[in-house]
Amino acid sequence: MVETIFKSFKGKLPDKILDDVRENLPSKITKDKVKKILEQVKKEFDEMQVEAGESVGLVAAESIGEQGTQMTLNTFHYAGVAEMNVTVGLPRLIEILDGRKTLSTPMMEVYLKPPYNKGKDIKKIALSIKETKLDDLSAEFSINIADLIVEVVINQKTLELMGLDMKDVVKAVEKGMKDAEVKAKGDAIIIKPGKEEGIQELYKLKEKIKEIHIGGIKGVKQVLPVRRGEEFIIITAGSNLKVAFDKEYVDEERTTTNNIHEVAEVLGIEAARQTIINEVLKVIENQGLNIDKRHMMLVADMMCNTGTIKGITRYGVVSRKSSVLARASFETPIKHIISAALVGERDNLTSVVENVMLNQPVPVGTGLPGLITKAK
Amino acid sequence: MTEVFINSKFKGEVDDPKKFVDSIIEERRKGNLSYNVNVVYDEESDLINVDCSKGRLVRPLIVVKNGKPTLTDKHISQLEKGEIEWEDLLKQGVIEYLDAAEEENAYVAFFEHELTPEHTHLEIHPLSLLGLTASLVPYGNFSHAVRIAIGSKNQKQAIGFYASNFAVRMDMDVNLLHYPQTPLVRSIMYDIADYDKHPSGQNIVVAVMSYKGYNIEDAIVINKGSVDRGFGRSSYFRPAVSEELRYAGGLTDEICIPDKDIKGYKSEVDYRHLEEEGVIYPEAKVAEGDVLIGKTSPPRFLSSMDEYNLTSNIRRESSVSLKHGEHGVVDFVLLTENGEGNKLVQVRLRDLRIPEIGDKFTSRHGQKGVIGMLVPHSDMPFTASGITPDLCFSPHGIPSRMTISHLIEMVGAKVGALAGRRIEGTTFTAEPEKALREELKRLGFRDNGTETMYNGETGEQMLAKVYIGNMFYLKLKHMVANKLHARARGPIQLLTRQPTEGRAKEGGLRLGEMEKDTFVAHGASLLLKERFDSDKTLVPVCEQCGLLAVFNEYKNKMYCPVCGDNVEINTVEISYAFKLMLDEFKSLGVYPKIELKDKF
Repeated sequence: MVETIFKSFKGKLPDKILDDVRENLPSKITKDKVKKILEQVKKEFDEMQVEAGESVGLVAAESIGEQGTQMTLNTFHYAGVAEMNVTVGLPRLIEILDGRKTLSTPMMEVYLKPPYNKGKDIKKIALSIKETKLDDLSAEFSINIADLIVEVVINQKTLELMGLDMKDVVKAVEKGMKDAEVKAKGDAIIIKPGKEEGIQELYKLKEKIKEIHIGGIKGVKQVLPVRRGEEFIIITAGSNLKVAFDKEYVDEERTTTNNIHEVAEVLGIEAARQTIINEVLKVIENQGLNIDKRHMMLVADMMCNTGTIKGITRYGVVSRKSSVLARASFETPIKHIISAALVGERDNLTSVVENVMLNQPVPVGTGLPGLITKAK
Repeated sequence: MTEVFINSKFKGEVDDPKKFVDSIIEERRKGNLSYNVNVVYDEESDLINVDCSKGRLVRPLIVVKNGKPTLTDKHISQLEKGEIEWEDLLKQGVIEYLDAAEEENAYVAFFEHELTPEHTHLEIHPLSLLGLTASLVPYGNFSHAVRIAIGSKNQKQAIGFYASNFAVRMDMDVNLLHYPQTPLVRSIMYDIADYDKHPSGQNIVVAVMSYKGYNIEDAIVINKGSVDRGFGRSSYFRPAVSEELRYAGGLTDEICIPDKDIKGYKSEVDYRHLEEEGVIYPEAKVAEGDVLIGKTSPPRFLSSMDEYNLTSNIRRESSVSLKHGEHGVVDFVLLTENGEGNKLVQVRLRDLRIPEIGDKFTSRHGQKGVIGMLVPHSDMPFTASGITPDLCFSPHGIPSRMTISHLIEMVGAKVGALAGRRIEGTTFTAEPEKALREELKRLGFRDNGTETMYNGETGEQMLAKVYIGNMFYLKLKHMVANKLHARARGPIQLLTRQPTEGRAKEGGLRLGEMEKDTFVAHGASLLLKERFDSDKTLVPVCEQCGLLAVFNEYKNKMYCPVCGDNVEINTVEISYAFKLMLDEFKSLGVYPKIELKDKF
């Protein structure tokens, strides 16, 4: 009955819209009315679609860019969010759209599987995610000049909080220092270098020992357990999605990072595209602006449609333009002209910038269609 | 042991730093050391720095001893009688200069009644923390600092009576206010700076009210009657200079009425104002293109070959004439000679500037605005006592800017005008607002400064009471007459064939990159092309080599400089700037080959 009508509209309307209509229908409704409603929805949907020749890219750029000018002034007012410093505003927007590999403040939102997300031992879980170096555990570092050894006194309280014991530490140090002799002695660990070395080298060794990785996820510098709704999540400063997914208590389906490149590597390019959209939206909402999501979707598509992330820079998206003149009109013109001349590149004058340069009608809007008549 | 540095160079050590510093200060006050010496003891890092280097900012303060200023009434009366001078006070150690470092160890009182035994210094006057122009803002302590800064910046642009010898000066680009007045509400700085001798504004009646929406967004509505009676009237002066230069070979310029056969001769009409010596006469009305000083110069490149060439021996025209859009009256003509003894002519042009829509005015509180409308006196609103405001100021200018000093000045000047006295409005030490209000009440007005007003056109009483008072208003040098500009056709640049830039060159108004984007976003492709047609050209292109070909107009034939004339050549319409770019490519050694294709 009603469902058959819905089925007949499948493919003509997106599933999301059909579901929305279905949900909002009154329980008692005649078939005819449902059909009428869906026909009206289809009509409205078709009317809202972008027409051929609409310059969607330029409109997207202007829509984001115009609001971006408002942002510059406001940026300085919002700096820190709950003990953690996060880049927001224009600098963050630029960072995303440039497709930077190294972010100024990488972050993860680690969701936990039940029962870990109930809040019990949340501090312990958070600490186990945090990258721990030997330096963080130690109470004292000293060099015994007579025996040419390094002594590290371990803070037992921190050790206990981390859920580790001395054996784990010794093992980790052994792993970190390949040919050194490591022994536990009371609360201290004694490291004897494999080769006989002078005091100078011993000092260098000491600094190296401090950096030895004991536990947690590499790159996670800070952890902050937060309550979100019914459950607890962990926000981290520093990001390493791949290792985080290996932990048995981490919910791989919901855990995210703000590092687009990491998402692309671990979860694939589609996920990266969605991350770009989400991250840009986050910045815009944070600034109290209102930009249609579809503009961001277009930008994200442009950045991701090669399978790898390309920033909107002269090395990224712009370098992929087919027109020499279009590339030359955006930063480093001489470089593009020369390299085009070397290979004898050909410009078919198919997009906007080239045609503005030649004073020809641009192929968008009214300039797109041509008249075809038969020559007699 | 405390280390002692002199001008940041280590000199030695002392045992008792406090005693050492005190003794230096004591000697300085006694006059045994120069008053330019400053000393500071930094307790934290335990060192003493004595500084007498140049370039430090120093400021004078009154020395305070045991909670009493050393400057006494006796000093004041001596100063008034002229028995002692500032220098004497310095020598007596009554006043001393502190630099930024020594100020750190000083405890300075703002007012004398605030003095306690701990104080070391007293401010000469609180106003000294402001600069000259900032001190000119009355009741400055009632407004936001930013507004004072804007207000004092505006005052520098005000038109006034800039010099009393203006009649014999040849200044470049100056304005002169016709009926300057000295403000009713003033600060002590007006007397210190002798403001009465070069005032730059007028006292007018201001009503804080809207007028038919013609004073929205910082616009102001001005009474046409006030303008007719001389409010905001000014003259604009601009000189034209020319001299007879001498060139190699005994040739010279000649100031004269140029002969008709001269190279570049304008038209007879343009020279009509010139008298026999080739110089214009005073009080001549001149407009665009008219010659002020007629002059001819010898031909530019004279070589031996040219002596046989008749055409090159003709002198050329080099008169000084009015440029596009200029007009005025010749005010003053000066015939003299320059340092080398060459004849020098200076002509000063005068132009009367009556306030018109678009001229900029400001109060002293950063409340600037342009005239939105001039209203006939008969149509202006009036008060019960028959006063019509000279200016209507929009109330929306007040809340966000919080220029309370603007409002206080209105009451202050109103009291001043009614009581016939000047109001002391110095920042920090002004007559209190309360006293002004009481006095206003005694004078028979509502103490909050509002009055009942009537519609000037209908005579109806207005429902709201209007805040009205006197104010000191300044006319700023930005006038529409200097800025108004539009162009449909006009001169183009030689290189790019695009319109020239700027008002002086009768330039075009650029449709820039972002404006272009709006056309693209609308899909108005052909309109965009039309807007960029300013430099379009028809260019012949050789179909064989793809380079630009040549059109020989004598033979009415096209040929390609590379392939000869036996190739197919077609004309295309492109922008001249693109043709220029192709030429630049060629000069780089890059071969830009154009392939033509039928459009349809």
